[in-house]
Amino acid sequence: MNELIEYVSHPLTIAGRKFNSRLFVGTGKFASNEIMSDALAASETEIVTVALRRADLSGKGDSFANILDFIDPQKYLLLANTSGANTADEAVRLARLARSAGLPNWIKLEIHPDPRHLLPDPIETLKAAEALVKEEFVVLPYINADPVLAKRLQDTGVATVMPLGAPIGSNQGLVTKHQIEIIIEQATVPVIVDAGIGAPSHAAEAMEMGADAVLVNTAIAIAENPQKMANAFRLAVIAGHEALMSVIPETKAAACATSPLTTFVYPDSQ
Amino acid sequence: MSFVDTLDRLPETDSASILRFRSLLLPKNRDELEQMARQSSAITRQHFGRTIRLFAPLYLSNECINNCSYCGFSRDNPILRVTLSVDQVVAEAKHLAALGFRNILLVAGEHPRFVSEGYLQKCITAIHDFIPSVGLEVGPMETPEYSLMVEAGCEGLVIYQESYDRSAYAKLHTAGPKKNFNWRLDCPERAYAAGFRRLGIGALFGLADWRSEAESLAAHLAYLQRHCWKASYSVSFPRIRPAAGDFQPITHFTDRNFLQLVCAFRLSFPEVGIVLSTRESEVFRNGIAPLGITSMSAGSHTEPGGYTGKGHDSLHLTIKGKRVELNNSTQSFNNNTGATPQFGIADQRSPAEVASSLTDTGLDPVWKDWEGVILRQSPQGSTSLS
Repeated sequence: MNELIEYVSHPLTIAGRKFNSRLFVGTGKFASNEIMSDALAASETEIVTVALRRADLSGKGDSFANILDFIDPQKYLLLANTSGANTADEAVRLARLARSAGLPNWIKLEIHPDPRHLLPDPIETLKAAEALVKEEFVVLPYINADPVLAKRLQDTGVATVMPLGAPIGSNQGLVTKHQIEIIIEQATVPVIVDAGIGAPSHAAEAMEMGADAVLVNTAIAIAENPQKMANAFRLAVIAGHEALMSVIPETKAAACATSPLTTFVYPDSQ
Repeated sequence: MSFVDTLDRLPETDSASILRFRSLLLPKNRDELEQMARQSSAITRQHFGRTIRLFAPLYLSNECINNCSYCGFSRDNPILRVTLSVDQVVAEAKHLAALGFRNILLVAGEHPRFVSEGYLQKCITAIHDFIPSVGLEVGPMETPEYSLMVEAGCEGLVIYQESYDRSAYAKLHTAGPKKNFNWRLDCPERAYAAGFRRLGIGALFGLADWRSEAESLAAHLAYLQRHCWKASYSVSFPRIRPAAGDFQPITHFTDRNFLQLVCAFRLSFPEVGIVLSTRESEVFRNGIAPLGITSMSAGSHTEPGGYTGKGHDSLHLTIKGKRVELNNSTQSFNNNTGATPQFGIADQRSPAEVASSLTDTGLDPVWKDWEGVILRQSPQGSTSLS
């Protein structure tokens, strides 16, 4: 329990709302909704992303598109994502549809016109962010790890920035590490590392770097045991954040001798 | 610039990735194929997760002005023909929606008089309210006509080249506009220009050497990915099935070849969809589904009205482009209960049975994976950002 108490002492705040967990979990790619639901529980996440195109937004209770029935809105904040949109116009349409269907007004803004690598379109993302912020959505944009774009988005009033560590689903880890470091250093909103996090060690690394949270989906969904993997990510995020808060000792280029060489100039201490 | 120029200069235009693809098509022993299948399965899970999308074909019409030796709908085949009315199409689509499908492929023979652009627009518009994802597999069009389909709410287009071998193609397509190889080859590019989001390409295996067809198909795919970069792609490897006209495959394309081809595409194109139809048997589909497939049809009928019996009261023959009513002289057809299918399907299981079998394999059958509002004006009015 100690870890949890310590952890709660540094809650994450986004758009004025406090969260105890710094792990966001995505809901695609699971073998079943039941397995997904168990993994969410094991992760102790509080923010769950769902692709709107997978969900039934008609309000008619479509049993063939019932993913939302497996995500308890009392337990999790549902973060609708606009995956499928190629343009700002399309993303805005999806966001409006989500709001009119009674979903929270929190939007993970995702515009990736390139279906091969799913890399986000910076121009359309900025346009859509401006429009959605004006319409009073809480906007969490998914972006390439571009520090200037991150600043431009912060100027529009987005709630976070979500730079990618590597392409979605690639499990490559923090390929964009040095760019993310600049984004974190300059950030005025929480930075959530999204995409590419393939192992708990990657998540811990992002948290140690000072990311405010991470988003994980594929690595949990396609694990042999998604529930266990979700728990592993939970622990890794806590470990990384706790390490950050404890001030990690600097790395050194050379070994530090345990038998000092300079004692002869301190005769009193010998 | 079009793929026509590239195809004609193969293999000199081969990229490094096509060279690798070709090496994957070389004969493999049992252990090597097993190894390929394991890699293919792992890459598929990585990119697509533990999921398979389900869709159904909905045949609108079996009228056709082409003669294609392998196709049951060929104009000279004396078959029972019909074109469904828009209301009948809606009835068929509602039937499919009740079975779970939210992704429907509208299919028709090529006959502008029966299957006009206006007719197709009406069909798309009429079902789009309850079918979020509508695809089209019909005769080729020009870009402006394709744009009308996109505006009506259609986001996917499937167009198979049938054969990339010009000489085989010429022998098999003996009459009608489909004789024009280049016109068909350029179709995906015209469709992309019109705004289609999903493009499906493929070849009909059994018409020419499978390795050579596969290389051309891969080159086509690589070309499209580079030039038409915003579309998502799927490939399909349909095999000849029994059909009116009794065409027999010219070349062999065995189950092992099929598996190797799926794996070769997956290893070379990790993010491309691979579609598996009910042309294949239950046993084969169950085996190959987890090894690279991303999308499957289920419970398919390949004749217009096949799901509900709609249109059976207006069956007729079409001889030299003219409708001929059934009478005593055509009595041999009158015992049939419906229109003639394009080909016989092999996997006869219901959609629910296919879904349940996928679940048993640890794969989540995904019925809905598209939201129609992405391409449509919202009910609230203007969506323009300006």
